[in-house]
Amino acid sequence: MSFIELTDVDLVYGAAAQDKSAQTLAVASATLSIEHGEFLAIVGPSGCGKSTLLKLISGIMRPSRGKVIVDGKEVTRPLKTVGMAFQNATLLPWRNIRDNIMLPLEIVEPYRSRQKADRERNREAAEVLLEKVGLSGFGDSMPWQLSGGMQQRAQLCRALIHEPSILLLDEPFAALDTFTREDLWAVLQDLWSFRKCTIILVTHELREAVYLAQTVHVMSARPGRILKTTTIDIPRPRTLECTFEPDFVEKVHDLRHHISRGKQH
Amino acid sequence: MTPKSQQKLAPWIATLALVAAWWLVIRLFDIKSFILPTPWETLQAIYQFRYPLFVHGMATLGTTLLGFIAAVLFGMTVGILIGSSRLLYSGVYPLLVGFNSVPKAALVPVFVIWFGAGTVPAVFTAFMLSFFPVVANVATAFATIEPELLEVMGSLGATRWDMTRKIGIPRSLPFFFASLKIAVTLAFVGSVIAEIVAGNSGIGNVMLVASSNFNVPLVFAALVVVGVMGVGMYVIFDFFERRMTAWSVRGGDALAQTIGG
Repeated sequence: MSFIELTDVDLVYGAAAQDKSAQTLAVASATLSIEHGEFLAIVGPSGCGKSTLLKLISGIMRPSRGKVIVDGKEVTRPLKTVGMAFQNATLLPWRNIRDNIMLPLEIVEPYRSRQKADRERNREAAEVLLEKVGLSGFGDSMPWQLSGGMQQRAQLCRALIHEPSILLLDEPFAALDTFTREDLWAVLQDLWSFRKCTIILVTHELREAVYLAQTVHVMSARPGRILKTTTIDIPRPRTLECTFEPDFVEKVHDLRHHISRGKQH
Repeated sequence: MTPKSQQKLAPWIATLALVAAWWLVIRLFDIKSFILPTPWETLQAIYQFRYPLFVHGMATLGTTLLGFIAAVLFGMTVGILIGSSRLLYSGVYPLLVGFNSVPKAALVPVFVIWFGAGTVPAVFTAFMLSFFPVVANVATAFATIEPELLEVMGSLGATRWDMTRKIGIPRSLPFFFASLKIAVTLAFVGSVIAEIVAGNSGIGNVMLVASSNFNVPLVFAALVVVGVMGVGMYVIFDFFERRMTAWSVRGGDALAQTIGG
């Protein structure tokens, strides 16, 4: 059995509404299995239920039908072993970067009860992550003093500080300019080989998906169905050079083809 | 002169300009002192009646602060509650708007029937007038927390209390302080109205007695005292606001503080 299993999952928004027309089927019969330590990307047109899929896996939402199983247990409430990052960095503006990154440690057990005792160790852990993403020396800065790309780096640190087994990324680089975005692909690839957690990346940027993931799932327009699963076997570490090679370009074209077919469904 | 010291001086110059305009109007239209006293007469009245003005001013200040503190505690609690729950928000908010639309002066006689004349109706009126901005601001701050932030917290297994303590309260501080500055001035309005209608002490009462004696300079002296107290409280909360929510003011002072420039 895989680490994460989705079996025939539906999600209906407004399921409680009497009026059938007020209900929206966001995800339809999604079946996925994700291995431990896998880097998986989900691509699709906007509004296709990609983000909803993440919410189902993290347990923030319950499926209307079907089952979500993580680590052998059915997900019935928010998992505590998940890190998340979004398009907006959502750093707390009243905390400096270091305290922002250490926020999960104030919430998740066992760190929570050992906060005082482990203070030094936690600070070091934050420092190690900051260095990994190229932000050493910025621990004392306030979020607004950092550029958008730097805030996203900090957000990745916050998502990883409590050593989650699953990292859920919801279009984390969508609001960045191309150059910053490509820098962050490399950062994320490094983080993944450093931490070896399971990463699920939702994106509409096909090059991003092919650059980063081992497996790419293409979703159709609403109601979101998984149309196609591709394995990307380009050797790692992948570099920006790879993205110009024929093999890479062909993979991106192939995905694009499936997405435009998905829109006509 | 640096822009900073210009800014420091600006309110004083504006005040002087107002006083000059006041004096000019009296001179130009030859207004009698029992209609509108001159600034100088008002100042004289303040000096002459300094003792009663001080005693009654303190009484008004006490009444106002009592009503204001009650309003802040009530407003914060209600604000957090209705800001955190969409159901409570849609249920209670229209009621609060309704309450806030009732002219508070009309409530004073009701309070007098319930609690008798004196300080208690004034405290209640100050409370009634000042709680709404606090509720509205705190509720807005809580209701507009970024959903992603709640999602991050939720996925970590944070409790409601965690979210309130770690996100809601710090995030609402700038809104809260902004509302305090409004609320404290409104609290003065409330207590003075109640003192005029049914007080046996306080600045409002001084004004009532003075106007029935046609001592118009004293009425204006009392008005000035209330105004100065209001500005004083405003300045105090403004100071705390700058201290505690520097992160929300990116320009100017906050920048200098954080970067050390």
